[in-house]
Amino acid sequence: MSNLPLIRFEDLKKTYVLGITKVHALRGINLEIEKNEYVAIMGPSGSGKSTLMNLIGCLDVPSSGNYFLNDQDVSKMTETQLAHVRNKEIGFVFQTFNLLPRANALHNVELPLIYNGTPASKRKELAIAALEKVGLADRMKHKPNELSGGQRQRVAIARALVNNPSIILADEPTGNLDTTTGAEIMEIFDNLHAQGNNIIIVTHEDFIAAHTNRSVHLKDGLIEYEETKKTVEENQ
Amino acid sequence: MMFFWVQMGEYLNFAWEALKANKVRSFLTTLGILIGVATIILIFTLIQSINTYVEGEFSDIGATSVYVSKFPWVITDNYFELRNRPPVTIKEYDALAELSTYAKWVSPNIQSMRTVEYKNNSLERVLTVGCNDQYPETNNVATEYGRWFTTVESNNARYICIIGYTVREELFDKEDPLGKRIKINGYPYKVIGVMEKKGSFFGFNMDNQVILPYTAFRGYSLHRRGLTVAMKVDDATYLDDMKEEARGILRKVRKLSPKEEDNFAINQQDMLTNFYNQITGTSYLVILIVAAISLLVGGIGIMNIMLVSVTERTKEIGIRKAVGATRSQIMLQFIWEAIAISMLGGVLGMILGVVLSQIPLNLMNLDASVSFTTVFIGFGFTTLVGVISGSYPAMKASKLDPIEALRYE
Repeated sequence: MSNLPLIRFEDLKKTYVLGITKVHALRGINLEIEKNEYVAIMGPSGSGKSTLMNLIGCLDVPSSGNYFLNDQDVSKMTETQLAHVRNKEIGFVFQTFNLLPRANALHNVELPLIYNGTPASKRKELAIAALEKVGLADRMKHKPNELSGGQRQRVAIARALVNNPSIILADEPTGNLDTTTGAEIMEIFDNLHAQGNNIIIVTHEDFIAAHTNRSVHLKDGLIEYEETKKTVEENQ
Repeated sequence: MMFFWVQMGEYLNFAWEALKANKVRSFLTTLGILIGVATIILIFTLIQSINTYVEGEFSDIGATSVYVSKFPWVITDNYFELRNRPPVTIKEYDALAELSTYAKWVSPNIQSMRTVEYKNNSLERVLTVGCNDQYPETNNVATEYGRWFTTVESNNARYICIIGYTVREELFDKEDPLGKRIKINGYPYKVIGVMEKKGSFFGFNMDNQVILPYTAFRGYSLHRRGLTVAMKVDDATYLDDMKEEARGILRKVRKLSPKEEDNFAINQQDMLTNFYNQITGTSYLVILIVAAISLLVGGIGIMNIMLVSVTERTKEIGIRKAVGATRSQIMLQFIWEAIAISMLGGVLGMILGVVLSQIPLNLMNLDASVSFTTVFIGFGFTTLVGVISGSYPAMKASKLDPIEALRYE
C-alpha cells in the first residue's frame, strides 16, 4: 500500500470542442507522483497545465486515459463522487484566493468541513488549528476585505489544509502577491512539505519551481521534460 | 426527503448571510409574499371573526325550535308569489298547539313597532311582541326581575307586560317599574317583569321591546302580516318529527290537496346557518383565488431574484464546488435561501395582517379570532412557494461547471 504512488496518470488525454474545432489540451500524459513529493507543473500558457491541474483537482474528468488517485480510478467517477474526492483528498489554493467575501476567515476555513458534515464544535476546533498553522489565528474574525493579500492567501491555505487532504494543489499561489509576501507564502508551502504534505504547484515562475523537488514541464499537451532538485542543482 | 433536513441549520445560516448582504433587494423580494400573506391573514381573520359573531347570534335561535310563518327566512323563490300566501292566523296557532304531539312548548309571536309611554317619557318604535306563557322556552328569553305571565293571564287578555332593558332605562330611569302602568299606542299595560339584557341581534337592539299576552295585543286577530308560531321539542332527535307533524296539521287546516305545495314556511336555525355557510363558502373560494394569485406573483418575484443571485454568485458556487460541495448540497443551499425569503415575507405578512385586521374589527366591535390553522396554512404555503420558486434557480446553480464558475468574474 505504501509503495503505491499517490497519483498515476496513464495516457491521459483531454479534448475540448470549441465551436467546430477540437482542441487537444492534453495529448497523452504519463506521470507518477509519489507520496510526500513537492512538485511544480510548469509550462507556457496553452501548454495544458491548467487543464492538467483541473484533472488533478478532480474538477474535470479526462476524455480518455486513467487517473489513479490513491489507487482509486478517478477518471470514471460521477460528479457527486468527484465532489467527495475534492472534499477529502484535494486542498485548492488559487491565484485569486477565492475566499467567500461575506464570510470571515474562520468560516471560510470551515467551509470544506461543512460539506462533509463535521459537527460544528469539531469544525471550529479544526479550523482554528489550521489557521494557527498559517499564523492567522488572531485574524479569524476578519473578513477577506479586511485582510491583506498575503493574509488572504494564508486563509486559503488554511482552508486547503483543514480536511487533511492527500494533495495540496496550488495554482500560481503567489501570482497576485508582491515578492516579499510571495516568499512568505512559499515558506509556508515549504514547511507544509517538511511536515509530510504532498504539494503540487502550477506555475510559470522559475523561482517558485526552485522551491520544489521536482518540476514537470509541459508543452503542447505533452510532458516536454522533467527535472528533479538534483538535476536542477547540477545544472547550476 | 430526509436529506432535505440534513444540515438545515447550515443552509439557513448561508441564506441569512446572503439576505443580509442585499438587504434592500431581499426586502423588496419578500414584499410580494408579504403583501399576499398579509391580505390572506387580514381577510381570513375578518371572516373568522364575523363567523364567530354570527354563530353566537344564531345560537339565540334555538336549535330545537321551529318557527312556522308565512315567509321562509331565506327567500329563494319568487317573493311576489310568496306574498300571495295567506298569513298564519291565531286559529292556526290554536290548531298547532292543540294537535301537535311532539311540541312541548308552543307560542304565537305577533310583532309590530309601537310607541311606549310612561308619564312624560315616551319611546317610539319599540318592538312589541304578543305571545303566551311558553314564549320564554320557545324563544330563549327570561325575566331578570319580576315574573312572566301565566297561562290564565295569556288566555284572558290581561293588560300586563314585560319590558326590555332599554325600555326600563329610558322610561323609568331609577324608578322601580314593577306594578307601574305604561301606555302602548295609548292603551295602559301593567309592568310585571323586566327581561334579562339581550344585547343586539345583527345590530338590532333586542332590549328595546315590550312583551305582552297575545290576547292583549291590540288588533292581533286582524294582524295583516300574520304571526309566527314557535314550537319547541325537549329532545332534539324529535325535531324533524315535530316539523313534519306541524306541516301535516297546517296542510289539513288549510285544506291543501296533495298536489298543492305548502303555502307556509317552517323555519329553523340550520336554514340560516346553511345560507350563511353558502355565502362564506363563496367568499372563501374568492380569497383562495386571490391568495393563489398573490403567492404566484410573489413566487415569480423570488424566482427572478434567485436567478439573478445565482448568476451573481457564480464564483461563489465555483468555490463551494471546489471545496467539495455536491450538486445536491448547492441545490439545497439555494432552495433554502428561497424558502427563507418566502418565509420571511410570510412571517412579516402574518404580523402585518393581524395588526391590520384589528382596525376593522375594532370598528365593528368584534373580537379577533386568529386561528392556529390560518397561521399554519400561511407557513405551509410560503414554504411551498419558496420550494417551487427556488427549485429552478437552484437546479441551475447546481449544474454549473466548477471550472467555468471559478473563472467567472
